[in-house]
Amino acid sequence: MVTAGPAAPLTAPVETDEPVGDTHDDPDRPWVVIVWNDPINLMVYVTFVLQKLFGYPREVAEKLMLQVHYEGRAVVSNGPREKAELDVFRLHEHGLWATMQQD
Amino acid sequence: MVIFDRDRVRRRGSGRYQVKLRPSERALMADLVVQLREQLLASTDDPSVKRLFPPAYANDAERDAGYQVLTRDELLEGRLAALDVVERTLKGGELDDDGMTAWMGTLNSLRLVLGTKLDVDEELPALDSDDPLAPAYAVYEYLGWLLSQVVDALSSDLPPPTTEARGG
Repeated sequence: MVTAGPAAPLTAPVETDEPVGDTHDDPDRPWVVIVWNDPINLMVYVTFVLQKLFGYPREVAEKLMLQVHYEGRAVVSNGPREKAELDVFRLHEHGLWATMQQD
Repeated sequence: MVIFDRDRVRRRGSGRYQVKLRPSERALMADLVVQLREQLLASTDDPSVKRLFPPAYANDAERDAGYQVLTRDELLEGRLAALDVVERTLKGGELDDDGMTAWMGTLNSLRLVLGTKLDVDEELPALDSDDPLAPAYAVYEYLGWLLSQVVDALSSDLPPPTTEARGG
């Protein structure tokens, strides 16, 4: 359990306009495809797959791969739900851990 | 014991490749292919192969169930077809792009299954040679060594980039 030290200010909850607990789709919000870090897939392999599937230049694919590696995840593509689902499928075909969610 | 002395994967020209394994490696690969095929045909929900069929919707079980229904068979068929290609081409001969890609997919599937079973970390442990897990780790490292050669070979034949930068 994490306890705040005596110097840590207590922050009161702030009211926001954000909807709470509503997960219904907004058709205007695009979907993002996320690749998650895993300890098995080789870095060169992940870079290659991102180049092959999305046509990224090597430097872009490498940057995304490093983001996955160091930050745990990276958004690799986005778009309407059908496109995102196809992208996830192609990543799954290549053994990458990919999921999709609305932005 | 595998000796990592020489590359096993050659690119012989545009879209032309060759995988040349030693007899002991061929026997190992043949055995691994048979094992993975058996596991896949037994059940794609078994923990041993579940890693090959990840969820698409992490926070939406209902949608994910739909995705699984829609894609599971196709993912399975693709993996089985790739295993067949590797089995057929173990003895060498020339591979085209699809053949080399089937090797890549199979090597990666084998690593995913074995790595999941070993619960590997990014840093592999330094094991004594008499450690009961040493052979499995050696196979895991061998698969990675071979896979990186396949990736190298295929990278030379990637089409020119089509996307300048990722959106979003």
